[in-house]
Amino acid sequence: MPDGALPVLDVRGLKTVFRTRSGEVHAVNSVSFDLKPGELLGVVGESGSGKSVTMMSLIRLLPSPPADVRQGTVMFDGTDLLTCSDQTLRDIRGGKIGFIFQDPMTSLNPVFTVGFQIMEPLRRHMGMTKAQARTRAAELLDLVGIPDARRRLGDYPHQFSGGMRQRVMIAIALACDPKVLIADEPTTALDVTIQAQILELVKELRQKLGMAIVWITHDLGVIAGIADRVMVMYGGQVVEQAPVKELFRNPQHPYTRALLQTVPGVLGERPEKLNVIEGQPPILFQAPTACAFRDRCKQAFDRCGRENPARLDVGQGHDVACFWDPATGGPRNA
Amino acid sequence: MLDAARSKPLVEVRGLKMYFPIHTGLLRRHTGDVKAVNDISFDIYEGETLGLVGESGCGKSTCGRALIRLYDITAGSVKIDGVEIGQTDQATLRPLRPKMQMVFQDPQASLNPRLTVAEIVGEPLVEHTAMTKAERLARVYELMDAVGLNRRFANRYSHEFSGGQRQRIGIARALALNPKFIVCDEPIAALDVSIQAQVVNLLEELQDRLGLTYLFISHDLSMVRHIADRVAVMYLGKMVELGPRDPLFSEPLHPYTQALLSAVPEPDPSLENTRQRIILKGDVPSPANPPKGCAFCTRCPKVMDVCRQAEPGFREVAPGRFVACHLYDTTNQKTAGRTGASEASPQTYQQGEHA
Repeated sequence: MPDGALPVLDVRGLKTVFRTRSGEVHAVNSVSFDLKPGELLGVVGESGSGKSVTMMSLIRLLPSPPADVRQGTVMFDGTDLLTCSDQTLRDIRGGKIGFIFQDPMTSLNPVFTVGFQIMEPLRRHMGMTKAQARTRAAELLDLVGIPDARRRLGDYPHQFSGGMRQRVMIAIALACDPKVLIADEPTTALDVTIQAQILELVKELRQKLGMAIVWITHDLGVIAGIADRVMVMYGGQVVEQAPVKELFRNPQHPYTRALLQTVPGVLGERPEKLNVIEGQPPILFQAPTACAFRDRCKQAFDRCGRENPARLDVGQGHDVACFWDPATGGPRNA
Repeated sequence: MLDAARSKPLVEVRGLKMYFPIHTGLLRRHTGDVKAVNDISFDIYEGETLGLVGESGCGKSTCGRALIRLYDITAGSVKIDGVEIGQTDQATLRPLRPKMQMVFQDPQASLNPRLTVAEIVGEPLVEHTAMTKAERLARVYELMDAVGLNRRFANRYSHEFSGGQRQRIGIARALALNPKFIVCDEPIAALDVSIQAQVVNLLEELQDRLGLTYLFISHDLSMVRHIADRVAVMYLGKMVELGPRDPLFSEPLHPYTQALLSAVPEPDPSLENTRQRIILKGDVPSPANPPKGCAFCTRCPKVMDVCRQAEPGFREVAPGRFVACHLYDTTNQKTAGRTGASEASPQTYQQGEHA
C-alpha cells in the first residue's frame, strides 16, 4: 500500500472456509486490506458477501468447527492475530480491539446489569478496582449520551430501548480506549432517527478519541455519511476499494455501479424505474476460479468465466478486481 | 401520476382505534391499553399507492392489519369499496376477503413450510372459488408467470427458495383472487438491497397491469419515495402528516416528518455533506402511556406551551396536505381540538416556521 502512516491493522490473504454437510463453503477468499490510524473504513456488501465473516475471522471469533481460517496473516501491533497464543489474543480482544455487534438485543447478557458488563473489560484489561471501574463505567455511559448514567449502571439490558442498548454496546467497546473498533452493522436494527443519533455520536467520539474504525454495513447512505474509505465485497472477495468520494463519483466495478443505482435517495432526482441486479448472489462451494459476479454482470465476457480477476490499482488510491473498463466500455488493458 | 381529486376513494377510514389491553397482577385485571392506533382517519384512492411510514412501534403495521380486519378493531369505521367492514362479524367478512389481500414482511414465516408453491398459491382458490383442480393449476401457473417464478418450481417447498423468490410466492398468493386492495407490510425489509429493487419493480408492474391499490407500509423512506403516490407519516399511534409525495418530501410540514427525512442517510457524499440534520433527542414514549397534548411534544425541536396541553387536530392546511401540528393553527383555531377529522373544511394555508 502506498503513502501515509503505518497501518494499525494489516490483513493479507485471509481465507475462511466453513465445513457444512453439503460441502465446504468458501466464505472469505484471499481478502487483503489495511487500516490506517484514525481512519474509518466502510465495508459494504450484501448478506453472504463475507463482510462479517472476514471481521470475525481476523480476531478469531468464529467457532471452529465449522469455521476454518485457512490462510493469511493479520498483523496488529507487531503480532499476527492468527498465530498468536489464546492468552495474547484475549489481551487484545476487548482491550485494544473493540467490537460492536449488529444486534443490541442479543449481544448483551440479560442476567447481568449493564454496569457489570461495562466494568468487566475495565477490570480484566486495565486492572482497575471495582470502585475505579464503576466511576469509569459511569463516565462511559455519559460519553455515549445516556442520561443519569450513574443510576442506570444498576439496570438490566431489558430496561433499555434498542438505541440505548446499542449505546451501551458502544460504551463497552470503547471501555479500554481501543486502537481499532470493529462495528458490524451497528445501526441496521435501529430506526432512522436513532441511527442518526448513533452516527452523530460515532463522528464525535472519533474526533475525541482518534481510533481507527471498520464499519460494516449494507447501507450505502450510511457509508456516504461517515466513511473515509470504502471496501466493496462480493462473493467473499474485495471487488473494489477506494476513498469514499472517489468511489461514489467514479465507481469501476459493475457490481458497485449497479448497487449505487439500485438505492434511491430522498434527495435529488427520483428515477422512474429502479435499476435491478438480476439473479442471486452465489453460494461458494468452490474456491473461485472465475469472477464471482459474472452470472449477474451485464458486462461479462469470456475471460470472466476463465479467470478470477486480481485487484488492480487504477490510481487515486482506488483499486478494482475486474477485467472490464468503464472508461472504454471494453476489456481493461492489463 | 394520479390525480387524487378526480379519483374516488377505495378505502375510507374514519376514527380508527386499535387498543391492545394490558392485564396485570394475579387476577389479570385490565389495567390499561396499548394505544397502537389511536384515532386516525384517511382515504386511499383507487389505483394509488399510499405509503405509510414511521419508526418501529408507531402503529403502522397494526394500522395495516386493522384495515383488512385481521384484528377486531376497538372503534372506528373502515369502508372498502363502499362496504363497511369495521364492525362486521367474521362470517360476513369472509366473502369480502378476496377483494383485500396482504403481503407480509417475513416471507419465511408467512409461507407454510409443509406446502408446495402450487398449494400455497392455490389455497385461496380452493377456499373462495369453485374451480376444478385443472383450472386451479392453470391459474397457479398464470400467477407464477406474473410474478416471475419459473413454472418448474411449482412442486417445490418454500425453504428451497431465496428471500426474494419467497416474497414473489407471497405476492402470487395475494394476487390469486384478483384483489382490488393489497396491504404490503414491509414487503422488502427482509431482503438484500439488490433484491429489494426487483420486488419493488414487480409490485409497480403488477399495479400498472391490474389496476391495484396498495397500502405500502415501510420504514424505508427512500423506497417509499420511489413507490408511493401519497405518503402518510405515523408517530405513536397518530397520523401526523399526509400528503402527495413530492411536496411532502421536498417541503415536509410536521417537525417529525422534517426530522425523519433529515435522518435518512443519502447515498451520495456530495449531497450528504450539504445537509442540515435534525437530531431528535431521546426515544419514542410508550404507547401505553402517551404524553399529554401532542404525542411528539417530548422530542419536538419546535415545541410550544400549547403542545403540552392540547392535542392538535389533523387538518388540511393546503390542498391535499393534512398535518396535525399546532404550528399550523390559524389564530381562531388555536383551541380547536378536532381530532381525526380529515374531512375538515380546507383552511387558509398558513406558512409555518419550518426550515
